[in-house]
Amino acid sequence: MNPGIAGNLWLFPAVPFAAAVAILALTKSRRKTAATLAVAGQVVLLAISVVAFLLTLQTHGFRSVQNFTWFTFGDQALRLGFVLDPLASAMLVMISLVGLCIFVFSVGYMAEDKNFTRFFAYLSFFSGAMLGLVIANSLLLLFMFWELVGLASYLLIGFWIERPSAAAAAKKAFITTRIGDLGFFLGMLWLYNRSGTLLFYDGGHGCLESAGLVMLGASATFIALLIFCGAVGKSGQFPLHVWLPDAMEGPTPVSALIHAATMVAAGVFLVARVYPIFSFGAVNGVTSSLTVVVWIGVTTALMAALIAIAQADIKRILAYSTVSQLGLMMVSLGVGGVAAGIMHLLAHGFFKALLFLGSGSVIHGCHGEQDIRKMGGLRRLMPVTFGTYAVGMLALSGVPLFFSGGWTKEEILHATAHWPGSTAPHYLMLAGVVLTGLYMVRQVIYVFFGNRRSAAEHAHESSRVMTTPLIVLAICTIFFSVVLTPAWPWLHNYLTGESIHFEIADLIQPMLLVSFILVGAGIGLGIWMYRRAGMPDGDRPADVDPLEYKQPALFRFLANKMWIDELYAKTIIAFAWAGARFSDWMDRYFWDGLVRGFGAIGQVFGMFTAGVDKRGINAGVDETTVGARGLARLLSDAHSGQIQIYLGVVAVGMLALLLLYAWLA
Amino acid sequence: MTPTLQLFLIISAALFSIGLLAALTRRHAIFILIGIEMMLAAANLNFIAFWRFAPPPHPPTGVMIAIFSIAISAAEAAVGLAMVIAVYRHYRTTNVSQFDQLKG
Repeated sequence: MNPGIAGNLWLFPAVPFAAAVAILALTKSRRKTAATLAVAGQVVLLAISVVAFLLTLQTHGFRSVQNFTWFTFGDQALRLGFVLDPLASAMLVMISLVGLCIFVFSVGYMAEDKNFTRFFAYLSFFSGAMLGLVIANSLLLLFMFWELVGLASYLLIGFWIERPSAAAAAKKAFITTRIGDLGFFLGMLWLYNRSGTLLFYDGGHGCLESAGLVMLGASATFIALLIFCGAVGKSGQFPLHVWLPDAMEGPTPVSALIHAATMVAAGVFLVARVYPIFSFGAVNGVTSSLTVVVWIGVTTALMAALIAIAQADIKRILAYSTVSQLGLMMVSLGVGGVAAGIMHLLAHGFFKALLFLGSGSVIHGCHGEQDIRKMGGLRRLMPVTFGTYAVGMLALSGVPLFFSGGWTKEEILHATAHWPGSTAPHYLMLAGVVLTGLYMVRQVIYVFFGNRRSAAEHAHESSRVMTTPLIVLAICTIFFSVVLTPAWPWLHNYLTGESIHFEIADLIQPMLLVSFILVGAGIGLGIWMYRRAGMPDGDRPADVDPLEYKQPALFRFLANKMWIDELYAKTIIAFAWAGARFSDWMDRYFWDGLVRGFGAIGQVFGMFTAGVDKRGINAGVDETTVGARGLARLLSDAHSGQIQIYLGVVAVGMLALLLLYAWLA
Repeated sequence: MTPTLQLFLIISAALFSIGLLAALTRRHAIFILIGIEMMLAAANLNFIAFWRFAPPPHPPTGVMIAIFSIAISAAEAAVGLAMVIAVYRHYRTTNVSQFDQLKG
């Protein structure tokens, strides 16, 4: 057993869980205590995350495993465990840092909410579940935390429970992810069936180590695809992405937490964690399961980017951009760029939390308005929010050199360019970069530039407690790129366990130039298209989107999210409804009829036996007793009490005996 | 007319029948007792008669039994009368047709 943090990894989920329980025990009015407890929990987590991170720096390819037996059945033991490796510790630091910023921001954002304490309890619970997921060394333990993450997201998306749309969104998120989880669960069972263990690393016997992988054989592809189903649900990949935009019904810090540090990161993390199963038996770096991952990722990335162009809700645009970026990460994992995908996940965690918190600040400043068409010109009124938002926007668009998102995106594009499977994902992802620039510029122009429209008139900058996390996250977004550059690919090598070397010449890659051109094209196109957004232009009215004016049919198609929700409503949900109605009918008429029929048979039989009892058995007994009473009366009448009659009977009897004797003799 | 056994037996049977008739028909308890005494007397007469007309020798068995019987009937009469008095004290009557507490 390791002393220190590596031997006490259970602390990561335990600290926030303890905070959550403690906060739940408080009364509603203890707001300050609740916020202090939650934030203190995150500070402790950040501290131990950093300690764990420093520990993993000591050796290349550091991996500390801590397994224990959960329970034993027969001669088999079910073992769980925790693992600390570069992948986990990088995630730990990102989650606890982003989480801390979001927690602090929430103190300001939720200040007016009447369920303030409950909110912080749920947030702590969410963060604990996610940290547990990251350090799990067993697919089963990971699955447990995975479901806890799902539960926490359900509670938080539906936090404003009095809104029917929030309750519906929470249900949708829960059920949609559950569809994916079913696949995950089946994959887990299959994996256990083949390898006999769910531990990832177990001194050479774990299912991710060569001995365990060999036992999987050809079924590795199917196991990987089933586990990927879970990742598709959690990370909002096509076709299960529909819950993510609806999850915007939750409070904005929740959106930030879901989209940046927890929930959706879980799917990408899962694929990265069980990557050996995906890549098992790879020929030239390509397996059929990884090819599926690539194409799902490509579809998701492009579709979500297109939909984001036509959305009007500030948070929905960010939601679709998250879906799109997650697709990009999946592509990266699929083409073999695991380190690039995780780097993008980490970088995305920072700048997406920044963007969501920035949008929360905007919404807060505009008194709850989320429609970007009603904002405009906020850059003067909310300078800090604007500045930090711009950093996030440039990072998300992938502007190279200064922003973390640019480096990681470039690395992903680099990985796709060398994928032997097909060159199509590479070019499609290049198109995705242009689209990202386009929709982010559109959003920024609508919100921060142009004339002030209805919601922007009384806007105000948010308080320090909300802007400070924005500044911290913006600084992280910029300085994070230091460890990402190809000249000094520190994080990449940290994740892959290779040694580090510094080479300034590597800074300039051909892909950097391509990135420059594409991002410039996207942003330039956006500025040109939306330069007069929110204002009348020629014969276009002010409230009509420029794209809507030029291409109304296309815009409607995108604004309605490609009618995927409607398609599901017409097909899968209609099918489910039909099934439900059929089951209802079967239950009501068929099974109920059967039950009633049997009941009627029982009743008839009961009536018959009652008749037999009443008329036959009861009457027989009655008759017998009446007879017995009659006889008894008759016999008792003989006892007249008249002593002379007795004597007379004796005399007559005696005489009769004498006569009998005389006759016989 | 010489006395014969048949004559004694006829008298005895008549005496018994009269006693029985008295015991069965009279309502007064004391008359019933008298009837019973008459039947006993008839029995005693039979003992004496059979003894007297039996062939010799004549051991005194018949007389002895008659004497015993008379002694016992005396005791029986005493007990009977005492019971009549006790019953009379209880019912304030000696009419046996009213002694019907044991009827069914």
